[in-house]
Amino acid sequence: MYRYSDFDAAFVAERNRQFRQQVERRIDGSLTEDEFKPLRLMNGLYLQLHAYMLRVAVPYGTLSAAQMRQLAYIAERWDKGYGHFTTRQNIQYNWPELRDVPDILDALAEVQMHAIQTSGNTIRNVTADHFAGAAADEIADPRPVAELIRQWSTDHPEFQSMPRKFKVAVTGSPHDRAVIAAHDIGLRIVERDGARGYEVLVGGGLGRTPMIGKVITDFLPQADLLPYLEAIVSVWNLIGRRDNKYKARIKITVHEHGIDEIRRLVDARFAELRPAFSGVDQQMLAAIEAQFATPPLRDASTDGYDLAYAKDPVFRSWADTNLTAHRDPDHAIVQISLKAHGATPGDASAEQMRVMADLAERHGHGELRVSHEQNIVLPHVHKSDLPLIHATLQQHKLATANIGLISDIIACPGMDYCALATARSIPIAQEIATRFDELKLEHEIGDLKIKISGCINACGHHHVGHIGILGLDRAGVENYQITLGGDHTETAALGARTGPGFPAEGIVGAVETIVNTYLEIRESREETFIETFRRTGMAPFKAALYPEKEAARDAA
Amino acid sequence: MPRKFTPKVVTANALLEGDVVYLAEDDSWIRDLKRAEVITDEAVAQIRLIDASSRQSEVVGVYLADVVETEHGPEPTHFREDFRRTGPSNHFHGKQAAEV
Ligand code: SF4
Repeated sequence: MYRYSDFDAAFVAERNRQFRQQVERRIDGSLTEDEFKPLRLMNGLYLQLHAYMLRVAVPYGTLSAAQMRQLAYIAERWDKGYGHFTTRQNIQYNWPELRDVPDILDALAEVQMHAIQTSGNTIRNVTADHFAGAAADEIADPRPVAELIRQWSTDHPEFQSMPRKFKVAVTGSPHDRAVIAAHDIGLRIVERDGARGYEVLVGGGLGRTPMIGKVITDFLPQADLLPYLEAIVSVWNLIGRRDNKYKARIKITVHEHGIDEIRRLVDARFAELRPAFSGVDQQMLAAIEAQFATPPLRDASTDGYDLAYAKDPVFRSWADTNLTAHRDPDHAIVQISLKAHGATPGDASAEQMRVMADLAERHGHGELRVSHEQNIVLPHVHKSDLPLIHATLQQHKLATANIGLISDIIACPGMDYCALATARSIPIAQEIATRFDELKLEHEIGDLKIKISGCINACGHHHVGHIGILGLDRAGVENYQITLGGDHTETAALGARTGPGFPAEGIVGAVETIVNTYLEIRESREETFIETFRRTGMAPFKAALYPEKEAARDAA
Repeated sequence: MPRKFTPKVVTANALLEGDVVYLAEDDSWIRDLKRAEVITDEAVAQIRLIDASSRQSEVVGVYLADVVETEHGPEPTHFREDFRRTGPSNHFHGKQAAEV
């Protein structure tokens, strides 16, 4: 697995030492909050509704068993015994006290983790497909290039005072599990005539003005990547809007100038920058790739798995729902659901973290992943180990068989924690999951993604949910707006609003109405929710959601 | 016509713990909204706010929050303030846990 270089370790140690002093100076009164705030944000420390929140980076969502165990230790020692995994593939602690934060950062550094650069106008933690290095459909592991971008952008002068923050996502598969079209830059590893390169998308993003990224080039040779990225950022640095925070993201620049003009400017800038890249970056990439080599996979019989699959319906249901094809047919990718019905999406207790770390160590080459869907992944598991893994997960409320189903909901922290929220999202997710569990309908419903955000910042990716829910404050009351038809995959699309929002008491009923409508009008069990929606459009859902209004229109 | 002034409390987050605090009449920072000083005069509110905001080594993010006065003491008028004085709804943490 990838390990920090000595340089990284020294850098993190120095930053932690500085931050410890800054915290001391804040506490003794020699720093004001105005002076301290940017410093704490640089170190991932936010002040939320009820407490401080520490956001810890998990680059490209990859964790070792030892790191997961340390996260559990931190949760117990300094927090309230749990952590919250986010859609940015990070972990957040909701209850640290200011005095303890330097110790927490030191504890993270012991396992080569940190909270640096998860805030501010910088290139943020590069996200990647959570099945990287394991998926059957993968062309190449996207993490080495994610890591290359991280190393190159950290403290790079061009990227320290950008108009706004900047997010990059990479996938190595044709099937997009990293929502690359919703990032400032999305990269997809592709092959053409035997040569490796990238399809590059630019100007995607959710939030206040959601946009699907546009293809700026469909094939960029591998060696051109860094100068090309630098050209994009440099063009944006020059013509991006700095006058208005809400117009500063590159999606607005691309929208205002048009993708063709941006492409022309980027190509021109690229021609200037390219000669400065001598190929050292490609040597770096090769060195990083070596550290991401696939662990030695075991060659053994899968009879035990086949037997359990045939005999045990609970195991079979879990295997059908929570496993994904590994590129080695005797192995599987395991998704551990952090979405037990009624639980908080993305929360894991310290005990659960330890259980997952132990399983990874015993059966998964010590590797774990955090998915943007707020679940945990064991990427390389031999099939013969699956019955035992499942049994262990069952003992710790981690065996919910609901990956990709209606109760596998993405929900941001919302107004239960987040200072920016306009409404809560967690209780809505809990209620929907509980309701559909009672109805025993979710396997019948099949593939359906609900995504919930507690404000327009859209951390819960609601625009790309098949059913998206956005919590708003309407005249002092929580109100929930619904969008339908969003898609987070390679066929990315933004959802369309159904109409007026629903109060907190009405939102679960509204979701039920939508789902019942789908069940009535789908052509067969094979037609998924999103396929039905694409076939019928909004009309049948609207008619079901707003019967009086539709009736009034018919009468008029 | 200027809008009628509605009752307020001074609130913030504690510097060290980060939790929600309210200003009491005796200038102390307290954890329980019920015991907060309810300010009904706009000029007084501004002075209390300015004074409180200068106490940088104790609190962060001082502001005035609307309340209504009831027989049980001040009650928040907005759901955000209701959550702040209670804690999150998914875990029994925060203020609600401190009360028991
Ligand atoms: S979407 Fe809004 S409420 Fe939710 S975490 Fe992001 S900023 Fe907070």
